Amino acid sequence: MTARIAFRVFALGYLALLLVFPVCIIFARAFGEGLGAVWQAVIDPEALHALWMTLLIASIAVAANTVFGIICATVLVRHDFRGKSVLNAILDLPLAISPVVVGLSLLIIYGRTSPIGVWLAEMGVRIIFSTPGMILATIFISLPFVVREVVPVMREIGTEQEQAASTLGASAFQTFWMVTLPAIRPGVAYGIVLTMARAIGEFGAVSVVSGQISGITETMTIYVSSSFERFDLVGCYSAAVVLALIAIGTLLLTNLTGPKEEY
Amino acid sequence: MSVTGNAQTATGASASKSEGSLASRGVVITYLGLLVLIPLAAVVWQSTQDGIGGFVRAVTNPQALAALRLTFLASLVVVAINVVAGTIIAWVLVRDSFRGKAIVNSIIDLPFALPTIVASLTLLALYGPKSPLGLNIAYTKASVGMALLFVTLPFVIRAVQPVLLELDRDMEEAAASLGASGFATFRRIILPTLTPAILSGAALGFARSVGEFGSVVLLTGNQPFKTQVASVYIFGQVESGETSSAAAVSVVLLVVSLALLFGLSLINRWGTHHDS
Repeated sequence: MTARIAFRVFALGYLALLLVFPVCIIFARAFGEGLGAVWQAVIDPEALHALWMTLLIASIAVAANTVFGIICATVLVRHDFRGKSVLNAILDLPLAISPVVVGLSLLIIYGRTSPIGVWLAEMGVRIIFSTPGMILATIFISLPFVVREVVPVMREIGTEQEQAASTLGASAFQTFWMVTLPAIRPGVAYGIVLTMARAIGEFGAVSVVSGQISGITETMTIYVSSSFERFDLVGCYSAAVVLALIAIGTLLLTNLTGPKEEY
Repeated sequence: MSVTGNAQTATGASASKSEGSLASRGVVITYLGLLVLIPLAAVVWQSTQDGIGGFVRAVTNPQALAALRLTFLASLVVVAINVVAGTIIAWVLVRDSFRGKAIVNSIIDLPFALPTIVASLTLLALYGPKSPLGLNIAYTKASVGMALLFVTLPFVIRAVQPVLLELDRDMEEAAASLGASGFATFRRIILPTLTPAILSGAALGFARSVGEFGSVVLLTGNQPFKTQVASVYIFGQVESGETSSAAAVSVVLLVVSLALLFGLSLINRWGTHHDS
């Protein structure tokens, strides 16, 4: 019984020191300057532009990875082919690779020194130090979440209803739209929430390809870092509080949309 | 309509279905190829641009070596702490009961949801120069460990929790009634079942630690030879235009990640084998 209490104290103390206190303190630091100062910092044009960039990039990445995720899950669950385990391993890569390496890889492919980069520059398309590169980086690092959440759900629902629909004359698209999609919706929703959270929070990969041009290729996370470096602590803590609120909102959403488990 | 006619329709349908599945497989391979595989192959290609000698020079550069050594050592220490603390926290969340347990359970995922740069800032606010606890570890090696502990917290807990939840308690009760101590029951009965889950959580945490960037940036000061980790070193090389050298150190990290993923798939196979 004493061991149980000791473990409980250890677990709660560890979580408090590592998680709860640090997150509480940025709220204290930000609001220590008063609500007005925080509001002024949040509606600063550069901060608002960074917020807009974050939302734009994250939305595009979520859309791309959701469509890809559903197709990829179908391939993994419903098709049988050689190299399925290789495909599975590739899907885990984005979670195991340093975000800085992800940024570097895009820089090498699309940068000014690569043949593709030169060709694109002649066409007037700019990927690196610009929004398209930041979108590619964000898609890369948030790639696996929808697939990983949809696969178990799709495996669970089986194929009977889909077969019934197609026997009754539904086209492949109708079957997907009216039978499969509604059934996998919980998995898709949870995957989207995870992808969104990862995309909004991305820093390393995006800062490598963005060139961190202030007021132009700055996302919220880059804004936190750049305002910290120029000692604009109110701006920095305010932006961090906005991001922390988004993170806490995400946690609440995952508790609502996530797989229900009783611990 | 003859029987053959029906058969032909059926063949037609299955042919179009397999065309559809080929198309979707094509989409998946193209997407992953363009977005993940070709860029990563480009990193490997770039790392050999100055020849094998250039690769070796880039990786054995004293500053690069110091960064790699710090990264791997810190990751090992952090994983070791996670294995112990994560298993205890998972145990408390499954076996103990107290008010607010559901809330504690849901905040475990906070490090996954919180942007890493915000994590760095929060840790700096609590354990930095203006620490309200009077505990200033910023810009020391301990701060590297602290940042990595924060971002890898959920891995072991979330791997162990479901296994612990499904664990049959009859065996434990039998062991206890035969006079085994609490510790003996844990070591002989519970731990062997948990091992694959603990290892898989540890491997994921290690992979995450080795590549971590955002959470260490503000907290550690990034001093070469002291607190600079590998990903920060790579970032610096990219910024100063040393792309090949950055790529070479990246390849070292890539190889470690691939080895871990491979090890992880072996652990998972072992885990499922263990179940059946």
